[in-house]
Amino acid sequence: MQDKFATLDGNEAVARVAYATNEVIAIYPITPATPMGEFADGWSAAGLPNAWSTIPQVVEMQSEGGAAGALHGSLQAGALTTTFTASQGLLLMLPNMFKIAGELTPSVIHVAARSLATHALSIFGDHSDVMAARTTGYGLLASSSVQEAHDLALVAQAATLRARVPLLHFFDGFRTSHEINKIRLIDPATVEQMIDTDLVLQHRERSLDPDRPVLRGTAQNPDVFFQAREAVNPFYDAMPDILQEEMDRFAELTGRQYKLFDYVGAADAEHVLVMMGSGCGAAEEAVNALNRDGGRVGLLKVRAFRPFDVDRFIDTLPDSVKQIAVLDRTKEPGAVGEPLYQDVVTAVTQAWWSRSVPIPRVIGGRYGLSSKEFTPAMAMAVVRELAAEAPKQHFTIGIHDDVTLQSLAWDEADYDEPEHVTRAVFYGLGSDGTVGANKNTVKILGENTPLHTQGYFVYDSKKAGAVTVSHLRFSPEPIESTYLIRQANFVACHQFNFLQQRDVLEIAAPGATFLLNCPYDAEAVWDHLPEEIQRQIIDKNLQFYVIDAGTIARENELGGRINTVMQTCFFALSGVLPMDEAMQHMQEAVRNTYGKRGPVVVERNLAAIAASTASIQKVTVPDKPSSTVHLLPPVPLDSPDFVQRVTGMMIAGKGDLLPVSALPVDGTFPTGTAQYEKRNIADQIPIWDADLCIECGLCAMVCPHAAIRTKRFDEALLDQAPEAFPVRIAAGGNGLAALTIQVAPEDCTGCGVCVDVCPAKSKEVVKHKAIDMLPKSEHLERERERFGFFDQLPDPDRTTLNTTKVKDAQLMLPLFEYSGACGGCGETPYLKLLSQLFGDRMVVANATGCSSIYGGNLPTTPWSTNAQGRGPAWSNSLFEDNAEFGLGMRLGLDGKRERARALLTQLRDQVDGTLAGAILDSKQRGEAEIQDQRDRIDQLKQRLASLGSQPALELAAIADSLVERSVWIVGGDGWAYDIGYGGLDHVLASGRNVNIIVLDTGVYSNTGGQASKATPRAATAKFAADGRNVHRKDLGAMAVAYGSVYVAQIAMGANPAQTLRAVQEAESYDGPSLLLAYSHCIAHGIDMSTAMTHQRDLVRSGFWPLYRYDPRDAHAGEHPFHLDSRKPSKPFKEVAMQEARFAMLARSKPERARELMELAQKDIDDTWHYYQQLAGVERDNPDLQQTDV
Amino acid sequence: MTNIDLSTSYLGLDLKNPFIASASPLTGSVESLLHLERAGAAAVVLPSLFEEQIEHEREQFEQLNAYQSDSMAESLSFFPDLERYNTGPEEYLQLIRDAKESLCIPVIASLNGFSSGGWKYYGELMEQAGADALELNIYLVPTDPSVSSSDVERHYRELVLSVREQLRIPLAVKMGPFFSSPATFGSDLVESGAAGLVLFNRFLSPEIDLETLEFVPALQLSQPEELRLALRWIAILRDRIQASIAATGGVHSGLDAAKALLVGADAVMIASTLLKHGIDHLPVMRNELVQWMDENGYFSVEQLKGSMSMDNCSNPEGLKRANYMKALTSYTTKV
Repeated sequence: MQDKFATLDGNEAVARVAYATNEVIAIYPITPATPMGEFADGWSAAGLPNAWSTIPQVVEMQSEGGAAGALHGSLQAGALTTTFTASQGLLLMLPNMFKIAGELTPSVIHVAARSLATHALSIFGDHSDVMAARTTGYGLLASSSVQEAHDLALVAQAATLRARVPLLHFFDGFRTSHEINKIRLIDPATVEQMIDTDLVLQHRERSLDPDRPVLRGTAQNPDVFFQAREAVNPFYDAMPDILQEEMDRFAELTGRQYKLFDYVGAADAEHVLVMMGSGCGAAEEAVNALNRDGGRVGLLKVRAFRPFDVDRFIDTLPDSVKQIAVLDRTKEPGAVGEPLYQDVVTAVTQAWWSRSVPIPRVIGGRYGLSSKEFTPAMAMAVVRELAAEAPKQHFTIGIHDDVTLQSLAWDEADYDEPEHVTRAVFYGLGSDGTVGANKNTVKILGENTPLHTQGYFVYDSKKAGAVTVSHLRFSPEPIESTYLIRQANFVACHQFNFLQQRDVLEIAAPGATFLLNCPYDAEAVWDHLPEEIQRQIIDKNLQFYVIDAGTIARENELGGRINTVMQTCFFALSGVLPMDEAMQHMQEAVRNTYGKRGPVVVERNLAAIAASTASIQKVTVPDKPSSTVHLLPPVPLDSPDFVQRVTGMMIAGKGDLLPVSALPVDGTFPTGTAQYEKRNIADQIPIWDADLCIECGLCAMVCPHAAIRTKRFDEALLDQAPEAFPVRIAAGGNGLAALTIQVAPEDCTGCGVCVDVCPAKSKEVVKHKAIDMLPKSEHLERERERFGFFDQLPDPDRTTLNTTKVKDAQLMLPLFEYSGACGGCGETPYLKLLSQLFGDRMVVANATGCSSIYGGNLPTTPWSTNAQGRGPAWSNSLFEDNAEFGLGMRLGLDGKRERARALLTQLRDQVDGTLAGAILDSKQRGEAEIQDQRDRIDQLKQRLASLGSQPALELAAIADSLVERSVWIVGGDGWAYDIGYGGLDHVLASGRNVNIIVLDTGVYSNTGGQASKATPRAATAKFAADGRNVHRKDLGAMAVAYGSVYVAQIAMGANPAQTLRAVQEAESYDGPSLLLAYSHCIAHGIDMSTAMTHQRDLVRSGFWPLYRYDPRDAHAGEHPFHLDSRKPSKPFKEVAMQEARFAMLARSKPERARELMELAQKDIDDTWHYYQQLAGVERDNPDLQQTDV
Repeated sequence: MTNIDLSTSYLGLDLKNPFIASASPLTGSVESLLHLERAGAAAVVLPSLFEEQIEHEREQFEQLNAYQSDSMAESLSFFPDLERYNTGPEEYLQLIRDAKESLCIPVIASLNGFSSGGWKYYGELMEQAGADALELNIYLVPTDPSVSSSDVERHYRELVLSVREQLRIPLAVKMGPFFSSPATFGSDLVESGAAGLVLFNRFLSPEIDLETLEFVPALQLSQPEELRLALRWIAILRDRIQASIAATGGVHSGLDAAKALLVGADAVMIASTLLKHGIDHLPVMRNELVQWMDENGYFSVEQLKGSMSMDNCSNPEGLKRANYMKALTSYTTKV
């Protein structure tokens, strides 16, 4: 049978096999394994059958722990069951994995291997997660490429059924899970032949069945547990043979032969590398290159890490071996060596007991943590080290360790990729379609030509204005280069402004083609290039072309999507295919992709293709550079030292060059760094018209990036103001008569939310508001100068502000600014508000999710400090434990405070009894009292300094803890409703003074919009492709049931005053508080610029009723439940259809959409009725009598 | 009831009476279409398919698919696979197919195009789905002052011509009254291939929301007095074109229908009055027409049709009169 090729990524390659060979699939989102679950859910929703012609049940669980439980149960009930996960998710599965293996239950877990969070979270690939699972009893099977992942997924399924030992099949996160490669597909007949029906029946026969009942999961005593544990041994002994036999059977059917250990390289090699996973691709290239130059080098690829078959391993090594280097993609601090190294040492030692020849020397090292690049040049450096007289033991490769000097040096120039590989690198923006077009190119060439193709895509950590770098390879030979392109023969820069921000030509090989999208023609472009770019074009003799893709796209009504144009140019210039053939394929692709979207879209794209080829211009390159423009420094030159040395390097994309010594030892970083990262991503920025402004403060309140600020100040300061600095002067102000509203022009993302909410319209020209979005290019210089002046104006005295009013609250300095969140983000305005109100005494426990990414993903953080250096202290523990993490912070802070109180009581007479009494008795209600306490503590510290005793020194060190700390537990609905709910519930029940804010988007936003229990009925989401069919969980009502928890449901866009009030009430309540904050999200499919005003409609429809439950009002005659929104006045459908998540279902399944929408309306009606009754309920809170609240 | 022949012909289609249910929500479901047929509608015009709406929605879904996709490592997209979503005309085409299968009376599809390719593309799809005729609901708002009235008219003519070349089923054009010379333009449309004209299209005029100071869409049902505009131009056009004419906008009673037929309409289109009084008002209207014809000695609609066209009426100056109420009085006999 002829092989069928497909170009797909590792996740899809694996998911196809897993879906075809299972009946139940338990899923939960976690990067980078999420797409496997998404594929399975999508196929199941579309009714795609598996190999047994049934449609697998795909069920999303509340956590990976839940998924593992469901996996265990489903297996016990006799279904073929699988799950997908990575990293922390795998850790949550560990308890069940011990059980599943202990019970010899055949099944496969597919893992896109990813770093475990240690000093920091990382979504990228290494083996620390799978290594943490190596004691579970699961077999561990490693795939090192997309093809292997596809193939071994099936081998694993076949082998586990025979051996009964469950298997963990893993492949490297991102490098394999997200790499697109051309592979040979396994045909359905092979699947059928590989899966033995008798074995499936045996699995079913072992299942729990009341017709032949058994007992499993007993508790055993010391008398038998040990023996029973040893009873599994024969199965593990048999496993390696079974696995190899299944690999052999697979080879017979497909021609693709795998071994438990595969050896490549010289048969008489003296130096052998041992490794597993995607690094094998790079290492094999290095080995081949060294051998071509006369070396005697080999690579042993480990596929079956557990059970580790010592005999096969030794047999696979060439007899000539003298030196072995084992490379581990994980770190086990304090161990003799990393796991694979230890196994290899043990295996070699065991084997050489009976040999008389000298035992080979084995050294071990670490590489590739968190997807750190591993290149052939690095593998060569390791081989070189093997030849050294005293090679480094426990080395690292790929970094520069200047602290413990463990790293090996390497030189990228040692290795050149073969000539027959076309290597193309593209710089684009997330929003311009570059990656999509490149995926399309890889597909076109992979599926229509004999060429082999590979696509790998690098994204930055920002959500708005994200930069993408695409690495594409094309070759007549299969491509297993598992590393980024180092020397490209085609470089395309899709955004002209990148040229000043990063060195896009560093990667260009001599003689390469450079394609630039820019608004200038071939004549004019040269003078607009930075000197560094000009120099490289000349020095490297680049073939330089320009295209004005923006204009072509606009003329063909393609909006900002320049992808079609740039793709055409790539084909025209790269020569990877003859142009007429390429045109044919592109046109076909356009018809296939857009055909069902009607003739207009097709016509536009075809026209753009035709226009593009005609518009490419070759630039005649002058002899020498002439530009006075230079690359911009990544951070301002007056930034703090750390920011310049470390943060700046990361911003410039040169973080790989930072040595170990540059980085903190324990993951601790300074805050307030986002201000140095001037991203300049907006095309339009808001410009204030002082005359129209009504000083409501709404623009500043809703700004997701704190890029609109307000200040009230002494008008005398206007003397130093830039010319025409806009200001409103209040009559009879108390010395602070001037008010201004100012945009931070380089930090604004241009989302337009501020303009949308502005209520002040001109009487003469209705479209003109007190702030308008205007082209940044025309206003940047002036606004930059104005912001500079604004920034140095003093902040108003907090104690003088009436913070119950939005306008005054917005005069408080935000200590959360310029985050990388999406333009128009619905979450960040809440965090910014908290930071304004409580930031100078705030400690944040942040659940993993969007808020931990825009809050804490390097290079910078938006959490910042005030002029006194105070500001939020922030940390992220995990996804599942955030409520507990925050409660722990409360306990710790209280413990410290209690110690301070005890010391102060002890030293009372020595420091001044009145002062001590005032400090100990202070209630610290409001800004003024807090300021008084701070002043008293300053006095206390002065007196303590003069005392000099041990207790005095100790008290001085912790005296600040006597200022009230505001503990905030922050996270999304995925955390609060699902994975962290158990902990959240426990913390609500604790009675301790913590404030919980749920930034409720109703989906797992950070992983791409999977359904949570907060997802509303009738909405589509990932993992609910068919529309969610149950009522969203009413977390607020559940918390209200405690009676002792402050609960509020808020929506800033619908009622900013209610939001402000609820936030302050929650914080002031001396007990647990829960705020459910409606947060719009791009995953809703809405116009983000109008999303704040859309919240009004959502509240009017009753979808999100606003309320506050205040336990302080729970006493005789009072009604603690305050319903703040009015009776629903709009049909939900009318509002919902403005969101694609609801509208999509009406388009795909109109009948189901109608039914669900009717039920959704009933949900709303019923909830409203219920809340109305709650509003009339009297409650009593016994805790009130005990505490002074 | 007296034996009066109500049959007529419109766009070459034989109708049992002159009452056609025009495009409205009432013609949007098979259930409602069957009700109309039972109530005596002689044909139905399905609600307009708005190409702009389809294209907008497609574009929106396209954008949605692309928006923030392939931008972040953790979330390469934000929605389930959009491939399976139907943003195209399929629902509409299914309505045509279902209507054709369920009804015995002719089914006329209606299209409001937007691109030149779109008129032909969707028209062809409608023909393939089984529509008996196609009504082109053409309306452009020429806001660009550099576009002249003749540019607009040429565009309309070319459009009709291009669709005509593409389709075999008869075409009607639902035209608006806002042309300098509606009679000339109507004739031009017929010359370009229209088998019939529908006079006149009523347009959605935006309303102002005084709270938000924004334009908002507003739809008002027609009033009976609106019919008079159509009556005049039907009378004028009747003798000048060899094509069907349907009156629409303000036909609220059987007597209104009689007037339209008198001036030369082959059929009348009704919607507002049925939306107001229900589909079962249709037999009432039919009876009113029959009763009037009976009382006035007419025995067939054919007899009635055009008997008061401009050429056939007794006082054509009444049609020409534009601005003053008082009739011109002659004091002498014409010599």
